Amino acid sequence: MEAMLHITTLHYLVLGAALFLLGVIGVLTRRNVVIVLMSIELILNAVNLNLVAFSRYWQGMPGHLGGPGALHGQVFAIFVITDAAAEAAVGLGILIAFFRNKETVNVDEVNLLKW
Amino acid sequence: MNPPVATPFFFYLLATTMIVGGILVITRKNAVHSALALITTLLAQAALYLMLYAPFVAGVQIILYAGGIMVLFLFVIMLISIERAAKERQFNKQWLVGIAAAAALGGLFIAIYTTTTKGKTLFPEGQVSYGESQNTQAIAALLFDRVHGTYMFAFEIASLLLLVAIIGAVVMAKKRI
Amino acid sequence: MLFLDHIWLIPLLPAVGAALMFFFGRRLQKSTVSAVCVGSVVLAFLMACGGVLQYTNWGAANGHRPYEKILYTWLGTDTGHLNYQKSDGTPASFRADAGFLLDPLSSIWLLFVTGVGMLIHIYSTGYMAHEGGYYRFFGYLNLFMFSMLTLILANNYVLMFVGWEGVGLCSYLLIGFYFHRKSASDAANKAFIVNRIGDAGFILGMFFVAWLCGSLRFIDVTGFARDHAATLMGNPIVTAATLLLFVGACGKSAQLPLYVWLPDAMEGPTPVSALIHAATMVTAGVYMVARSNALFVLSRESMLVVAIVGALTAIFAASIGLVQNDIKRVLAYSTVSQLGYMFLALGVGAFSAGVFHVFTHAFFKALLFLGAGSVIHAMSGEQDMRNMGALSEKIPVTFRTMLVATLAIAGIPILAGFFSKDEILWQAWKFSPYLWAIGFATALMTAFYMFRLMYLTFWSPSRVTSHEVEHHIHESPKSMTVPLVVLAFFSITAGWLGWPASLGGSNHFEKFLEPVFANAAEKEAPPANESGLGLTEYLLMGLSVAAAGVGWLMASRAYSNAGKGYTEPIAAAAPPVYDTLLNKYYVDEGYDYVFTGRRKLGDVRLGVMGLGEASSWFDSHVIDGAVNAAGWITRSTATFSSWWDKWIIDGIGVNGPAILARMLSYPARLFEWGLVQWYALVMTAGLVGFVFYYVYH
Repeated sequence: MEAMLHITTLHYLVLGAALFLLGVIGVLTRRNVVIVLMSIELILNAVNLNLVAFSRYWQGMPGHLGGPGALHGQVFAIFVITDAAAEAAVGLGILIAFFRNKETVNVDEVNLLKW
Repeated sequence: MNPPVATPFFFYLLATTMIVGGILVITRKNAVHSALALITTLLAQAALYLMLYAPFVAGVQIILYAGGIMVLFLFVIMLISIERAAKERQFNKQWLVGIAAAAALGGLFIAIYTTTTKGKTLFPEGQVSYGESQNTQAIAALLFDRVHGTYMFAFEIASLLLLVAIIGAVVMAKKRI
Repeated sequence: MLFLDHIWLIPLLPAVGAALMFFFGRRLQKSTVSAVCVGSVVLAFLMACGGVLQYTNWGAANGHRPYEKILYTWLGTDTGHLNYQKSDGTPASFRADAGFLLDPLSSIWLLFVTGVGMLIHIYSTGYMAHEGGYYRFFGYLNLFMFSMLTLILANNYVLMFVGWEGVGLCSYLLIGFYFHRKSASDAANKAFIVNRIGDAGFILGMFFVAWLCGSLRFIDVTGFARDHAATLMGNPIVTAATLLLFVGACGKSAQLPLYVWLPDAMEGPTPVSALIHAATMVTAGVYMVARSNALFVLSRESMLVVAIVGALTAIFAASIGLVQNDIKRVLAYSTVSQLGYMFLALGVGAFSAGVFHVFTHAFFKALLFLGAGSVIHAMSGEQDMRNMGALSEKIPVTFRTMLVATLAIAGIPILAGFFSKDEILWQAWKFSPYLWAIGFATALMTAFYMFRLMYLTFWSPSRVTSHEVEHHIHESPKSMTVPLVVLAFFSITAGWLGWPASLGGSNHFEKFLEPVFANAAEKEAPPANESGLGLTEYLLMGLSVAAAGVGWLMASRAYSNAGKGYTEPIAAAAPPVYDTLLNKYYVDEGYDYVFTGRRKLGDVRLGVMGLGEASSWFDSHVIDGAVNAAGWITRSTATFSSWWDKWIIDGIGVNGPAILARMLSYPARLFEWGLVQWYALVMTAGLVGFVFYYVYH
């Protein structure tokens, strides 16, 4: 109970792991490619959550990464968000081209990579 | 030291919102519903960023993710026809194996967290040594300050990456180049 | 010069008549048809008389040159597209004119063809009065006149050949006039096909002449032959050309071995037999040889062949004529025999004698045929002499005119046949006594079969089978008897033109023809021992008259009392000989065995056709079999090669490694589904494994 009420970095890590697993399940099991892309966003957000949580943690630590200036995690989170935006743009472009050619959004109906 | 009551409350509220939203994202038939659930999750996460004293990241999360990326998703969903996909089978043939693999991964997480945290409090909450109002300036200094800008080059590369992504998205989405 | 300048009108007039009959004949009255057709021939005859008269004057003034009238170039041009090399290597150009030539030779033919033709046209108006196809008949007759006059008046071999083919066509059409009778159409086919053999010879001969002389104009050819007589003597090309031309003459003039069509040609109406198959067309061969005399005298071999073929034909046909029972067939064989005489004369170099016989023969043989037609007319179509007899009282005009013709052909003095036949026999004696002997025997036979015909038809007791026919016997109408009388007149007098010098005459005929046969005179027998020869001539003359008398006597003894079921003297004396003669030496049967392919031995056809069938069998089975075998072997090899390529080369050599690689790669392929989520799953599993190893190792 004590551990439950006192919110530590571990709580955030567990939450991030849960989101990550949800994203993995979505990526591995859904057929709709739009939802697969959304699941990837979930995974990225789980990572972001971890990064920001560790940034908060390191701010209380001494050393060259820690201390008051330990904002590297947040900067990384921003880079990840940037990548997520780029990934979403390219992924949705691929999705449109894919839909135009195959008249479907089901990812398991495309197996051109075979052999 | 008594722990503040509000912090665990909001943490669990927001965590529950995120977990429920994540489950909804991966289970809804209609992609629009999934997108709305995802927005909910992202907004809750932005609130969590605030709780972690990262207001700039929270702002970026709301503006870029919930505002930009999700609008992009909704546009695409409207561009393509999702009625047929909504009526079809939602999960692929390997769904059981996929869930098993995810469960194995989850088991591994649990095992790691439990074994490494046995008897001690790992990763205690760090102390915030500066005011929230300085957060944005500090990040900006890291990104493009001439003296402390550790990530200046990476920042420029990221902008180039975005440019390439825009051009690539346009090229792929266009009917004829 | 009116007639000479318009000489081309002579053949054209009957052509116009024929064209009118062709286009409008069906709608015309019989009287109109008669007027047009007979009128055109009468006009042609008058123009011919005028033309010949003018020519004699013109010729006398121009050194007896031939008169040539060229209308236009008909085949070939002046631009030299038809150039070729002559046999001596000099260049020549092929040309044929639409041109006309009048000289003594063609004058004689012109006169008797138009004259006899005119009389027969008149006769036909009576004879054919009750027949169907009246306009058709006269159209054909006019077409024949046109063709025959073209043949006669042509100034070159090619145009002559046009007429030659034209008369052949008309002969075919008129023999087959009663085309609903199978025997008539068969006879027409036979005549046409046999004539084709001769025509082929004519064409080839023409090529040789063109190759040799570089021209086909008679004047050029004759001039060339006479100018180069010394060098051309014995030239094989001349021999080939003349022999081939003689093959053509054999076909048209019914000589051995191509005579077989003429007796069958009697299936046609009797005026046709008289005009075409006795008087005019069959003498075309004689005309052609006489026209080519300058070439013929250059080849002793050809002359000898002509003489021998003529003599053999003469006696051969006469012997068949001895026993024939059909009145027209007797006359047909008589015609063949007399044509043989003519060729005998040509062969021994006595061209003018041969032509003289053509001239006299035209009258008395036309008369005989027309008389026979009159008899048949009287007998309601009966042609078998065994069913005739005692007609002399009932058809007196026919009887008397036919008697004149018989005396003429038998060679009784003062009549036409005596002079011409005697001339031939005399010339034959000078050439070779053997040929004379054959001719003499033929003369005896001629007298016998002609008087046999007279006895069986007119004098012997009546053997008419039915009373209706007996009652119906009547003299023919004026249109038929008048031509008979006219012809009888000429049968008596025509010979006087050639009254020989030995009998105090001057032989105008030979003198008239002298310019044509100028070269032939040198070739005649050497003038040695004239007095002795003169005596021989009188002796021979007496012998032939005696032969005629003996023939008459023999016929008289055998047939003057021939009642119903009489026996032929030859049949009584030597039955096998009689059978052979009655069956015409089985020549037609022999031809059936050798040429026509009608005879079979089992399933095998005999003769040339059989040889052809055998060749065809050989070709289709052995040659084609070999070809097919070669093809089969090639195909089999190709099939095996293809199999080898497909299964061994491609299979083991090319596909084998590929199949091996595919088999070996199969396990690896199992993990490549192409599904992106599968890859993600594998990646996740790898992540699990990696983390697990990292944490717990």
